[in-house]
Amino acid sequence: MVKLSGLGGRLYTGETSFNIVGNRRRWYSISAIFILLSIGALLIQGLHLGIEFKGGSSYTVNKAGTTVEQARAAVADVDIPGEIIVQKIGDDKVKVQTGALSAAQSAAVEKALTIAFNVPLESIDTQLIGPSWGKEITKKALYGLIAFLIVIMIFLTMIFEPKMAISAIVAVVHDVFITVGIYALVGFDVTPATVIGFLTILGYSLYDTVVVFDKVRENTKSVAAVGKVTYSQAANLAVNQTIVRSANTSLIALLPVGAILFVGAGLLGAGTLKDLSLALFIGLAVGTYSSIFIAPPFLASLREKEPAMQALAKRVASRGGAEPVSASVSANSERAAIRPSVGRGPRNQPKRKGRK
Amino acid sequence: MSTPNKTVKSPARSGRALLILALIIFGLLATTFIQGVSSVKLGLDLRGGTSVTLQPRASNDSNKVTSEAIDQAVSIIRQRVDSIGVAESEVTAQGSGTNRQIVISVPGDSGRRVVDLVGQTAELRFRQVLAEGSGISNPADTSTAATPAAGVNADLNAKYAALDCTNPASREGTGADSPADTIVSCSRDGGAKYILAPAEVLGTQVSSAEAGYDPSQGLAWFVSLTFNGDGTKAFGALTNRVTSLQSPLNQVAIVLDGLVVSAPRINEAIPSGNAQITGSFSQVEAQDLANVLKYGALPLAFDRGEVQQVSPTLGADQLSAGLLAGALGLGLVLIYSLLYYRGLGLVVVGSLALAALIVYLLFLVLGETIGFTLTLAGIAGAIVAIGVTADSFIVFFERIRDEAREGRSIRSAVESGWAKARHTILVADAVSLIAAALLYFFAVGGVRGFAFTLGLTTLVDLIIVFFFTKPMVSIMAGVKFFSSGHPLSGLSPKSIGMKNYRTASITADSTNSVSTQSVSTLEA
Repeated sequence: MVKLSGLGGRLYTGETSFNIVGNRRRWYSISAIFILLSIGALLIQGLHLGIEFKGGSSYTVNKAGTTVEQARAAVADVDIPGEIIVQKIGDDKVKVQTGALSAAQSAAVEKALTIAFNVPLESIDTQLIGPSWGKEITKKALYGLIAFLIVIMIFLTMIFEPKMAISAIVAVVHDVFITVGIYALVGFDVTPATVIGFLTILGYSLYDTVVVFDKVRENTKSVAAVGKVTYSQAANLAVNQTIVRSANTSLIALLPVGAILFVGAGLLGAGTLKDLSLALFIGLAVGTYSSIFIAPPFLASLREKEPAMQALAKRVASRGGAEPVSASVSANSERAAIRPSVGRGPRNQPKRKGRK
Repeated sequence: MSTPNKTVKSPARSGRALLILALIIFGLLATTFIQGVSSVKLGLDLRGGTSVTLQPRASNDSNKVTSEAIDQAVSIIRQRVDSIGVAESEVTAQGSGTNRQIVISVPGDSGRRVVDLVGQTAELRFRQVLAEGSGISNPADTSTAATPAAGVNADLNAKYAALDCTNPASREGTGADSPADTIVSCSRDGGAKYILAPAEVLGTQVSSAEAGYDPSQGLAWFVSLTFNGDGTKAFGALTNRVTSLQSPLNQVAIVLDGLVVSAPRINEAIPSGNAQITGSFSQVEAQDLANVLKYGALPLAFDRGEVQQVSPTLGADQLSAGLLAGALGLGLVLIYSLLYYRGLGLVVVGSLALAALIVYLLFLVLGETIGFTLTLAGIAGAIVAIGVTADSFIVFFERIRDEAREGRSIRSAVESGWAKARHTILVADAVSLIAAALLYFFAVGGVRGFAFTLGLTTLVDLIIVFFFTKPMVSIMAGVKFFSSGHPLSGLSPKSIGMKNYRTASITADSTNSVSTQSVSTLEA
């Protein structure tokens, strides 16, 4: 732990630096490959939708010692259309899933199960989903997603700048694509709880990105005026300075989510908790990646296209100080004056602080 | 962002902030005591019960999904659900405008009946009153029960006498009243019971109805209604026949879903198809009656979106699993913060404990005031929020370390670090809140519970960071253990990543005023 925070100090001063913004093409390519894989997986395999989206019925019998065969036999006698899936959940539950049933058919299935397992009707957990319901919640989730992106875009534009807003949204869309892709590829069940997870990821990923961008904004406020480093270099320092925080945040966010996943998958077997935390777990990992490797480099790409920034890059290059990794270059423009390179005796030059 | 960073003021301000927090907590505690609540209201998925979500759909072309129609449907369904007599049953419309779902939740085992109950369609009919009495049961006294009239046999008389309209079960709208039968029926509020003749006019024969009032007679509200062609003829014949009869035979009951909504006396024959119902209506009553007449019956068709029946066993399992996950998550975060931030980790422990307390109190208070119920998804939202809350601390602490790396003393690093971290925390929490608000607005069912707790806990996070974490850190920065950068404080030069221990401790003593000054320059 101490080592990590020591690293934090070196990253902060620029003594150690990962050239993340500079190597942006590499990250873009990696992400592009993942996104293509995701699209491929989506097209070929598709998402494994839960009955909440397809419509259907599910019956869970709570009784120790139940077997899949018993349940299958019980339901087989009832005349219901379509495929029947029977699953064993944990030690004392068995779950029967069918297609959409009428009220009468559903009652018949419940009755068959109560007789087969000799349990009261009340101990069967039933879920019936109408066939059009899935469309409704999908529509709502989609509206929510679009509204969210628009509102966030406006908000970030007001707080930061339009290009930061665009970069943040690009990172979020990137996260959603890859997370959905992983779901398609692995074939995890997609339930409404998964959708909650997806939507929460958006918030998380943005939250991370916002923290990084706040530092980027601070570092790049007057790069053009100072003229010692390019925008990319200043942005890269910001990313490095927030890496420890990002790592910490992600870890600390993953701890409770991991706890839910452990309890949800391990103890309950299936359901809301597992679906939600699995989506969060995957999304958080992707979100952390994008807030470091996608959002800031993308922002730098956008900003470096501006004439002022290109001129700056030329000026920096002509001064020969364009080595971004070097510790001697203090990329933090405003601080450059007030920060008397830590570790070399700050007491020596206190009078130089502040004004330019 | 230009806060004065004079360290002298800090203790007083920290004290004030802590006082405000204490007041907030005290206020919440007092509220729970006044309300007398001691446990969080649990959702059906945590204690067992049935929930049904209905998606309204226009049943035919003339029958559009309007906001009024949904309100009307909610009130009919509520009437039916209440008749089951299970406490805390709820019927609500979720969403906005015409894009709403009707959610019915009934706790406990008896909820299964709800599924059948809400599926039936309600019908509106006009029936002549054959007998009227107060709603209480009086089985012994069958003789005086009703004035004998055509079609009222002894059987029906006995049924009428035994009918106890004060019992909610008798007011279960069944929709099963056959129009050709003579029936016994209760008024909607249970205050009166009736024997009613076969239906002569049907709800479908009403073409319009409106509430209005006559200004010349004060504010006397009335309901005017118009019948279509068949309705005009039927209603004309009905009124013509009964108007000259003695009470209560001269009354026509408006029966919705098997229950009498109103039984006005017919003063004259109405052959025109335009009728007015007057009486001591309040505005709300008149409008309700007009709506009943206008929509005739359940004004919409419903698709059964989702039916969920959770047994109490599964509910209890899910509750304990949720709580276990919460405890585990909280524990892991605490251990991690103590390992990584050492002394500062204590502030995290305190902050999270207080945040948990406030959230718990809010759950109690909101359960009472706005009917908040905690669902499994809600618990998940709260657990996820532990991460968001802890993140605010990390942003703050890392900023303090950054400032210390700049060569500031711990005390001044706390103040200037806060000035910058505050901005980041506000923006990041705002993003979180926007996400929660939009999720809440657009989603149905479980997602709303999740969004609500996520938003609530984010707000609590803001309160805690501003009124507890920051003041505590400020106060701690004044303690030698922290200001001198003790190895276990979490602010030691080693853990911050500075090479020279001595440099830092000297800086702490000597450059205090200088760095304070430089902060204000930076912020200007």
